[in-house]
Amino acid sequence: MATNVRPRIRLDKKQAKKGELVEVKALVSHVMETGQRRDASGKIVPRKILNKFVCTVNGKEVFAADFEPAVSANPYIQFKFKAQESGKVVLTWFDDDGSTIVGEESIAVS
Amino acid sequence: MIAALNRRQALAIGVSAATTAILGGSVLPAAAANDYEDLIKKFTGGKVPTVGRVKIDAPEIAENGNTVPMTIMVESPMTPASYVTEVLVVADGNPRAGVATFRFTPDSGIAEANTRIRLASTQWLHVVAKTNDGAFFMAKKEVKVTIGGCGG
Amino acid sequence: MISRREFVQVAAAVAALVPGGWSRSFAQQRMTQAELLKFNSVGNVTLVHVADIHGQLLPVYFREPTVNLGVGEAKGLVPHLTGRALLDHYKIPAKSQAAYALSAEDFAALAKSYGRIGGLDRIATILKSIRAERGNRVLFLDGGDTWQNSYTSLQTKGQDMVDCMALLKPDAMTGHWEFTLGEARVKEIVDTLGFPFLAQNVRDTEWNEPVFKSSVMLDRGGVRVGVIGQALPYTAIANPRWMIPNWSFGIREDDLRKEVANVRKDGAELVVLLSHNGFDLDRKLASRVAGIDVILAAHTHDALPEVVRVGKTLLVASGSHGKFVSRLDLDVRNGEVKDFRFKLIPVFADAIEPNAEMAAKIRSIRAPHEAMLGEVIGKTDTLLYRRGNFNGTLDNLICDAMLEERDAQIALSPGFRWGNSLLPGQSITREDIYNATAISYPAAYRLTMSGARLKEVLEDVADNIFNPDPYYQQGGDMVRVGGLAYTIDIGKPAGQRISGLTLRPRGEPIDPAKDYVVAGWASVNEGTEGPPIWDVTMNYIKRKGTVAPVEADHIRVLGS
Repeated sequence: MATNVRPRIRLDKKQAKKGELVEVKALVSHVMETGQRRDASGKIVPRKILNKFVCTVNGKEVFAADFEPAVSANPYIQFKFKAQESGKVVLTWFDDDGSTIVGEESIAVS
Repeated sequence: MIAALNRRQALAIGVSAATTAILGGSVLPAAAANDYEDLIKKFTGGKVPTVGRVKIDAPEIAENGNTVPMTIMVESPMTPASYVTEVLVVADGNPRAGVATFRFTPDSGIAEANTRIRLASTQWLHVVAKTNDGAFFMAKKEVKVTIGGCGG
Repeated sequence: MISRREFVQVAAAVAALVPGGWSRSFAQQRMTQAELLKFNSVGNVTLVHVADIHGQLLPVYFREPTVNLGVGEAKGLVPHLTGRALLDHYKIPAKSQAAYALSAEDFAALAKSYGRIGGLDRIATILKSIRAERGNRVLFLDGGDTWQNSYTSLQTKGQDMVDCMALLKPDAMTGHWEFTLGEARVKEIVDTLGFPFLAQNVRDTEWNEPVFKSSVMLDRGGVRVGVIGQALPYTAIANPRWMIPNWSFGIREDDLRKEVANVRKDGAELVVLLSHNGFDLDRKLASRVAGIDVILAAHTHDALPEVVRVGKTLLVASGSHGKFVSRLDLDVRNGEVKDFRFKLIPVFADAIEPNAEMAAKIRSIRAPHEAMLGEVIGKTDTLLYRRGNFNGTLDNLICDAMLEERDAQIALSPGFRWGNSLLPGQSITREDIYNATAISYPAAYRLTMSGARLKEVLEDVADNIFNPDPYYQQGGDMVRVGGLAYTIDIGKPAGQRISGLTLRPRGEPIDPAKDYVVAGWASVNEGTEGPPIWDVTMNYIKRKGTVAPVEADHIRVLGS
């Protein structure tokens, strides 16, 4: 189930030479509730975090991450991948509640 | 009139802003001590990582314990023959040690990632990298979480 | 105050003492402008550096510290030598001009002979003279802490300093207290400066992108010079982060390494780091980041009469409050510094002719406020000074004011290193108090704090000064305390340095579980409430008429 949350994604280049590194920066709005906080009535607020992130280029995984509650709210992720071929760069975040947040960019490789 | 030191005022003088703010208004009673060593052991299968090849770029003193920027870098050719598969990040002073695990492939081109993390107090970050041939490398870095306010 | 003629005689008498080293050239000089500026030039580039002027347009008295302890590898090294040890190290005769300018020895007595130091109009004269001599070889760099900490700089949001510095035509600057004007104002000024505000170590908190230019390339004397800027890495901790919520600082050693490589790649034959790191941090950085020829240091207010060498890197420390102008001549050939000559020029206000244009500018800036600022509110019977790791009489006065005016048991005053000195018997004007307190977050708060928290505050600040690793030091001095006594062992690890907390004057031990009424100022947190600290201090002085704070013995220091 994809949500309506729109991640913000920045690639340092839209066109790359084959073998060149492309830097990806991405920000997504999310509370990253740790599951260790109590509300005003003293009850523990249940954990709700984005626990996993995957980046694929034309369906092939180039980078992934597992997040714990110690990752800050509105998670930021920055990484690189090696440009191999033109195509779709898809970023997916997986929520504890089973939903996903998906963002997409394209890269032209010459 | 003398007000009692409420939470907002505690923050106003900066005292321990990080400790309570970060992992909730009240941190759960620490049922167990921070388990960073266990997490590392689980990750390496008991192997002792070699110190080196891993670099941690994080502030020496955090500006805001709720969001501490951190970059990890691992020296590696990142070819199908020789590459970094996974990098574990743990923090030895949070109520729970786990922070993140990064996974790379030869198509990553470089084993480098940056994220922002929560640190409840001054502590060490431990970063362990695993290579495709089953070797482990590590580095650690201390990040001070301070109240600040008297520099100048 | 003695006349200029008598004054020159004093200087001449002092000159007779002369053993050698830096002091010889200095002490032998008569105190004339020509002698102060005399320089046997060398090479093809002249770096001129000022830093930490802290909004001071006019000459001031500023007493250097008696206590400035070094820890770890810096123990016993300059700039951690003070008083007699400092004078001996540089072979400076007691009571000489240099002794007066660089140490606290006999300060009150020597101040009466040698007078005030500094003043942007005098600095303008020095710059003009160096430029006349060295032409296009000159690079003038401002190390920051320029736009704040006086009444007019606070009132004009830094515009007074910006306008005056513009007359000096800096080639670049970096900053720290500048950021306490807030993001919008800093951006607004930077856009109109006409020269670059450099800070390789500031990133936006959202995308991790540079906020300011990292470096600038300048051709001087046929040499391509790369100047890289480094703002105070701990600005967002030492000062209110809420004023600069979208900017993140830090040392960013790796990024600096990349920037050095960048400017070298772009053809820089000389690489200069215009730094606001603080001296110990720069010393460590020089040992770890290759390729920097000169670090122009600031922040910790050290004034060193000679450069410090770390490997191939030359470190220059130019003092504060406009007391000194550093001149470093460099002979740069084939991308290497082959020779250099240095002079820390003391800006003796009675010896150096004010530059007319700058003097007129300063007068016009001050004219609307002159009468108010000059109002005498009291008198001091003792020397008022701020610098020193643990306390100073000026902060003792501010703490006393907070204890009484705010009816508190304990007072906390930030360990700022800026603030002018006042001589025994001197009248205290409104301006004198602004010069010690003018900040954009002046609220004097009052609240209760447990004994345990008090200790925590002291421990935390102590580690920011005495952490043996300079990369973990923030600069500044220890938080000042009133109504409280304690023992500090600076050699112990974080969290274990402070002991023996007692309430003054009766000496009952501080109970960790008990609450105490605490007054303080300069909280870094938004929404802090209370009257501005200058009002609190002025009201107190007015009420007392004459004050005489003494060097209190309420802090016991071990492990130094």
